[in-house]
Amino acid sequence: MTTVAVHVEVNGVPYAREVEPRTLLSDFLRHECGLTGTHVGCEHGVCGACTVQLDGEPVRACLLFAVQAHGRSVRTVEGMAQPDGTLHPLQQAFHETHALQCGFCTAGLLMSLEPWLRDRAGGEPVGEREVREALAGNLCRCTGYEAIVEAVLRVVR
Amino acid sequence: MKPAPFRYAAPGSVDEALGLLGEDAKVLAGGQSLVPIMNFRLARPELLVDVNGLAELAYLRRTGGVLRIGALTRHATLERSALVARHWPLLRQAVRHVGHPQIRSRGTVGGSVAHADPAAELPVALAALDARFQVRSAARGVRTLTADALFVAHLTTALEPDELLVEIEVPPLPGGAGTAFAEHARTHGDFALAGCAVVVAPGHAAVALLGAGPVPLRAGEAERALVAGATARQAADLAAAHVAPGHRRALMGALVRDALREAGAP
Repeated sequence: MTTVAVHVEVNGVPYAREVEPRTLLSDFLRHECGLTGTHVGCEHGVCGACTVQLDGEPVRACLLFAVQAHGRSVRTVEGMAQPDGTLHPLQQAFHETHALQCGFCTAGLLMSLEPWLRDRAGGEPVGEREVREALAGNLCRCTGYEAIVEAVLRVVR
Repeated sequence: MKPAPFRYAAPGSVDEALGLLGEDAKVLAGGQSLVPIMNFRLARPELLVDVNGLAELAYLRRTGGVLRIGALTRHATLERSALVARHWPLLRQAVRHVGHPQIRSRGTVGGSVAHADPAAELPVALAALDARFQVRSAARGVRTLTADALFVAHLTTALEPDELLVEIEVPPLPGGAGTAFAEHARTHGDFALAGCAVVVAPGHAAVALLGAGPVPLRAGEAERALVAGATARQAADLAAAHVAPGHRRALMGALVRDALREAGAP
């Protein structure tokens, strides 16, 4: 079995591992880094559960080989709250509006929505339609999305 | 599912990449189509040639009025480009329908073209814009193909196993041109059932269809009718005749009609 070196910074912490080239970033984060906040759903890029940020951009971790993140910076849901446990405003809004039930999709939603909110800060006003479009790449089978939309609008306001 | 084992190479230059390509190799660009089919083990390449490090293939340039898109340009870059929005709005209109933001931040223009999915938006928009596709190989150098020559069948292009798509050239739009892209998918971001990319200008019309066959289809009769003064509805009926009767034909007709009106056809 040939392996490749993967040096990657995850939430500011450097990780150096030797893995098979076929190791998906989603599995690397969970199995090599022990960061199980990133969830693996469909493993073919449809459900969005495994969404993380690569150099600040939302990406499907199941559609990226870990080796492709070599030398790059990854952010996962574990990097959102403050070290003292204070939740990120988006996490806090999810908590307040009950925007999750089983929680399987939540990490992916947070990872997708955070850069989306960042890119829109100070720009055009955001309404329900825009929010629904922004979360169209993340499937949630519990909530019916209503509370998720409410959480995002709460952060926007 | 997990991919089958493969050898991995990350060449540092286009020339080095070309030296690695061949029968058992597959190019890894954005990976948004290739990695899912590898996860399903529908594709089991022996060697993966990762071109993501080739910064020389990631550019958007306007030279002599022609847009040059490096094959590694991400969908998100195309979507955010002021140059593209100003001079080739059709590309911006089309790229917004590609998957979701998480897909567009990785997916590449060249990858969409080389994968040749019949439901892909950019090949249809590029066909409507009379784009030309520059491919390179170590053995035969550079050749340039039209959309007609490049897109051969379902998921199949004229690219040889040792060839790499390096650049897409898009000529300027005719003066006073209006453009539009329309598609219908069952859910947002899903593969479209039907769609079209249109360009309407004095003395010029382009109508490219998505979902009317295995490759992007230019509806020549509709284009000639528009130039001769046909209305959006008349041209749309001609274009929709390329699709089997029933729901899909009705859908195509409505999409083309609306797109043509948005682009300024009467």
